[in-house]
Amino acid sequence: MTAQALSHTETPTEPRRQAARPSDQENAPLLEIRGLRKRFDLSGDFLEQLRFKGGRLVRHQEFVHAINGVDLSIRRGEALCVVGESGCGKSTVARTVMGLLSPSAGEIHYDGTRIDDLSPKALLPYRKRMQMIFQNPYASLNPRMTIQQTLEEPIRLHHPDWDRERVTAKVREVMASVGIDPEWGARFGHEFSGGQRQRIAIARALAVDPEFIVADEPISALDVSIQAQVLNLLMDAQQERHLTYLFITHDLAVVEHFGTRVAVMYLGTVCEVAPTRTLFATPRHPYTQALLSAIPRLEDDRPQPIRLTGEVPTPVNLPSGCVFHGRCPHAEARCRREVPRLVAQADGSQVACHGVEEGRL
Amino acid sequence: MALLEVRDLDVRFALRQGEVRALRNINFTLDRGERLGLVGESGAGKSVAAFSLLNLIAKPGYIAGGSIRFDGQELIGLGERRLRRIRGNRVSMIFQDPMMTLNPVLTIGEQMVECLKAHRRIASREARAIALHKLQQVQIPSPETRLDQYPHELSGGMRQRVIIAIALLLDPDIIIADEPTTALDVTIQAEIMTLLLELCEKHNVGLILITHDLGVVSQVTQRMLVMYAGRVIEAGPTREIINDPQHPYTQGLMNALPQMATPGSHLNQIRGSMPPLSQLPSGCAFHPRCDFVTRADGSERPACSRQVPDFVASGNCRVACHMVAEMLAQEAATEEDRP
Repeated sequence: MTAQALSHTETPTEPRRQAARPSDQENAPLLEIRGLRKRFDLSGDFLEQLRFKGGRLVRHQEFVHAINGVDLSIRRGEALCVVGESGCGKSTVARTVMGLLSPSAGEIHYDGTRIDDLSPKALLPYRKRMQMIFQNPYASLNPRMTIQQTLEEPIRLHHPDWDRERVTAKVREVMASVGIDPEWGARFGHEFSGGQRQRIAIARALAVDPEFIVADEPISALDVSIQAQVLNLLMDAQQERHLTYLFITHDLAVVEHFGTRVAVMYLGTVCEVAPTRTLFATPRHPYTQALLSAIPRLEDDRPQPIRLTGEVPTPVNLPSGCVFHGRCPHAEARCRREVPRLVAQADGSQVACHGVEEGRL
Repeated sequence: MALLEVRDLDVRFALRQGEVRALRNINFTLDRGERLGLVGESGAGKSVAAFSLLNLIAKPGYIAGGSIRFDGQELIGLGERRLRRIRGNRVSMIFQDPMMTLNPVLTIGEQMVECLKAHRRIASREARAIALHKLQQVQIPSPETRLDQYPHELSGGMRQRVIIAIALLLDPDIIIADEPTTALDVTIQAEIMTLLLELCEKHNVGLILITHDLGVVSQVTQRMLVMYAGRVIEAGPTREIINDPQHPYTQGLMNALPQMATPGSHLNQIRGSMPPLSQLPSGCAFHPRCDFVTRADGSERPACSRQVPDFVASGNCRVACHMVAEMLAQEAATEEDRP
């Protein structure tokens, strides 16, 4: 199935021609990722790639295949959560969307415009509309800048015509909106606790009034009681500012609470996309089922996880066929041979699994 | 008598800015084969507690007072040579980061044999056989090959299995596990936790599990201690605390979990953050963040900011909270009024 067809299966009730009408603009995807691939070269420069083999000089190249053909679309106002274990490519997706990494193949469309091949100058207006929040607030704030300077920087970049009063007023406004006392602008990042730092990082993202925010594990580095504060802040900001989120996390409890839709990733591919409630009620993909069963729940006395055999393969030597077949309890010959595609299901989810497609799971 | 008995443990750090009391009045016991959870946020003192049990506190920290009795023997003040006979042998530890614990220049087999030889007079061949047997117990695929591999050749989950095998090597009475699965992915975490639980049950090994994850504690341990700012604030059977937490901090911690709220709704956050140990507020350390400092009728409860709360028994649990103490006293008074 092509990426084009995919975006249609998500809204099956709507005929195609209606999408162009302004009243339906709300339903058109804000961000569309088509066939995205990203590989990282491990082999160094040309001379380092040369090897002697059987008396001959051969060129030897090795790649980390971080993302292998990801199709996703994010509609206005939703919070799409991408979950998966470390090394599944979820952060690479986030960084590629933001233009921090350039894709090896595939396209990224933002509000109808292709943005992955734009020049930095042409991309600037889009950078104002999309902002990012990083995982570690200890690393993402410049230790030599005061909070005032940190928050002024994006405003000055995107609004060069604003005078000083206007910039200062904006900084005070965003500081207040994240619950940081505007009088603290002269302080440095190290004077704040982890939770406060993450609030400042959120304030920096909100300072240019973006419509789309990519948050890469924004609460993983924080303590439980502080996680709740930051999640509440992100949800409030979404309501007040009508934000759209791409939320990267490995914490399924957070996904269940925060996300409107979930994409589960494994080894650089999306194996299931579904509305949050559907995914948690009826996970279809065997990997999703194993992942959900592994969450430590407060209710049961004893963990009953679905045991997966083996280890996650390295993204350097990807397995043939379905990337999950080596650990899947339901794998058959076709799974080892053929890469499964995301197929729309009756309950509104999309699953990339031969077993589900054939109806044997 | 309990296998491990900790009484009034007091650990301090002599810093340039003055002395910081990292742990105060820690009391707990652990029976043979029992599993105990130490829960708290970062900075609560749970790792310091675990380290001080085997006197592994590095300077400027020191144990200022209290008693740690293991199998009838007092560990505080015990000489280093005698402590070494207990450490790793009768009480072993599992740390958070397996790569830090394993020696990168020795093979898995060499490290395991070294550990056995340090505690027992044993031939190398025999030690290797025991090592292999332990690796089989932790369900590592192809254990013979692993013996001759180096730590960097194994994945994170496999390394943590090796660590568990080493912890079990000398058939200890107690394993102290400090955030053993925090560095691992969810599915691997579930596997490792299940394995640890099964092995502890099978060999009747006691477990002290240090974690910030209430879900893990609830699934693995029988009793738990909740720590805040260097003190235990609530202790009791895990089920009872999880189902009905008494201390406002424990309640806040539970209610802050996303799985406790309806999806999309506001989470019940605890305001503020834990104070650093050098700047503890007077009275109950939690009172600046607590919603119950004022009574239901709007009047102040002055004790909260003045006096450190004592433990009161509430059911099978012990809680250090003025509000809970007051409620229990009121209940007792109304009981008495009845003829």
